[in-house]
Amino acid sequence: MKFTIQVNEGPYQHQASDSAYQFTKSALEKGHEIFRVFFYHDGVNNGTRLTTPPQDDRNVVRRWSELGEQYKLDLVICVAAAQRRGIVDDGEAKRNGKDATNIAPGFRISGLGQLVEGAIQAERLVVFGD
Amino acid sequence: MSMLHLVNKSPYERNSLDTCVGYVKAGDTLLLIEDGVYAAMSGSKAAAKLSGLDVAVLGPDLAARGIGEDRLIDGVTVVDYAGFVDLATDKDKVQSWL
Repeated sequence: MKFTIQVNEGPYQHQASDSAYQFTKSALEKGHEIFRVFFYHDGVNNGTRLTTPPQDDRNVVRRWSELGEQYKLDLVICVAAAQRRGIVDDGEAKRNGKDATNIAPGFRISGLGQLVEGAIQAERLVVFGD
Repeated sequence: MSMLHLVNKSPYERNSLDTCVGYVKAGDTLLLIEDGVYAAMSGSKAAAKLSGLDVAVLGPDLAARGIGEDRLIDGVTVVDYAGFVDLATDKDKVQSWL
């Protein structure tokens, strides 16, 4: 079955990103397809490569990147939410005159239309938030 | 049209469980995750509201909070993440009561 996953919260304030990751991993291991993971609101903070959690702590961002690479996941960050919170890729840096980027490997920045398309294309939309 | 209802907050913190149970129909399942698992403890303030409903609880979130399965309301099913995925596919829709 085809799923789209929506993550509304950042990596450390709430359990939402952990729950979403465990659900996504489990669905993939059972042979289901993840059409897209859409990071919205504070959820965009799951996509900065500049976080450095302690080595004995789970690395929430890297974990998403690695799962994304393993299963060729489409990890999409909402552009408007990202601009507000300073999540930047090359295109956004150029467009908004920023001197750096911080997007994590495997993520891309795009619009809310990607969430709508994800909800239409997938058979189930599962939302994780506060 | 069956639905999987997800509640992720403790009944002592939010009223999302109250809102949710008003919409649960026959054939639906209510899955308690994250702090929502506190509602599944026998004697909890939400226990009476869950009677007659098909209630499941996420085992890893129970364990993370030190709640043994012996402390759950009778009839509540414990599932792991694979069971969570199965519930999401078995039901026609998934609703998160955030």
